[in-house]
Amino acid sequence: MKQQKRRVRVMVAKPGLDGHDRGARIIARAYRDAGFEVVYTGLHQTPEEIVEAAIQEDVDMIGLSSLAGAHNYLFPAVVQLLRERGADDIVVCGGGIIPEDDVEKLKAAGVKAVFTPGTPLDQIVKWVEENVSPRS
Amino acid sequence: MSSIAEKVVAGDIRTVARLIRDIDDGMPEVREVLKELYPHTGNAYIIGITGSPGVGKSTLVDQMVGHLRQRDKTVGVLAVDPTSPFSGGAILGDRVRMQRHSMDPGVFIRSLATRGHFGGLTQSTRSAIDVLDAMGKDYVLVETVGVGQDEVDVVRSAHTTVIVVIPGMGDDIQAIKAGILEVGDIFLINKSDREGADKTVSDLRLMIEMDQKKYEEGGWKPPILKVEAVFDKGIDEFLEAVDQHAAYLAKTEGGLDFRGNRNKVREELREMVKARLLEEALDRLTKSGEFDRAVELIVEKKIDPYTACEDLVLPVSKQ
Repeated sequence: MKQQKRRVRVMVAKPGLDGHDRGARIIARAYRDAGFEVVYTGLHQTPEEIVEAAIQEDVDMIGLSSLAGAHNYLFPAVVQLLRERGADDIVVCGGGIIPEDDVEKLKAAGVKAVFTPGTPLDQIVKWVEENVSPRS
Repeated sequence: MSSIAEKVVAGDIRTVARLIRDIDDGMPEVREVLKELYPHTGNAYIIGITGSPGVGKSTLVDQMVGHLRQRDKTVGVLAVDPTSPFSGGAILGDRVRMQRHSMDPGVFIRSLATRGHFGGLTQSTRSAIDVLDAMGKDYVLVETVGVGQDEVDVVRSAHTTVIVVIPGMGDDIQAIKAGILEVGDIFLINKSDREGADKTVSDLRLMIEMDQKKYEEGGWKPPILKVEAVFDKGIDEFLEAVDQHAAYLAKTEGGLDFRGNRNKVREELREMVKARLLEEALDRLTKSGEFDRAVELIVEKKIDPYTACEDLVLPVSKQ
């Protein structure tokens, strides 16, 4: 039981019916290379399944990926369920094909950051490093 | 009992999840909680599942969970994946195959990274098993990538150790026979609809039957079973073999109680003492600056590493 630095644990999840996870996999890889432990859930997850898995895995952050347009429903649903479970210390961020107009709405609903296409990977990693701290 | 231990015993998911994180992160305060939980352990049946990457361990575990739930048994899963030696990060993807169980309150799934800490994987996984046991799970399934000595130790803390191979792995079986093959209680040939399954069965049988004398003296003879996890074929027969192994164990020293078997207790305690001594001694040598001074002396060619090691270790071991 050697005391070591707490490691950041994040979950990368694909909510809804969107079947494209190339982006999510690339993000997962970038997180791993940044030294995070990344739990990947696979495709077609409901917000309930994502929240339950995040609690069991004790992650510090959930990264949601959506390319199919249902983000306005799915992302806030995850935030809301975390609140209901008393687990709103878990940071939620999202990425994918998300119109500029929706970004502010999602942020107002409690999604801490939204990364749209073209965002460099190291910028996303840097955001996580600055805004997500492993539970102390 | 502390409120943390109470909540674990009551099966509170968030408390269990956080405690396992603390164990994994090496927080010293978890020791007290583990002491309190100890009297609540010893009820779960622990199954270790190991085998090379890609043989279908996660899919198999997913099916096992399904079948055990049909028998009204609750299940905890610990899925271990390797940590990157370069970044220290890890992608824990075993859960992908098991997510269909995530909403089932009778199932708790946790992904763990190996983290490369010496003596650590064994100890922290062992402690995580105790936590799932104390929270009341009937079965705890531990899935590891069967590549290192550490992992052999992990599966040793299981009642039944399952080695999963696939057809055409003849050479790999050769490679693992000296290590993990010896700890296998049940051998599964997964993806057995593929060509070469029967050849793999006979290869394995040949190796297992070399220990014929042991079986004649009443030792457990590991069955070799063919399954197709992805098609849910052969799982019931496999779980029956687990039951038979449990019945066999029940007749040995200590029965199904690990901590009633002197050899197992000796092994576990030795590992715990080793890890703790190492940690405390290294900690002291690092804090006092002796360790870094020795490093400097070696670099400046004023001392050889063998003497430096003795100078560091002997005063500590005399205390």
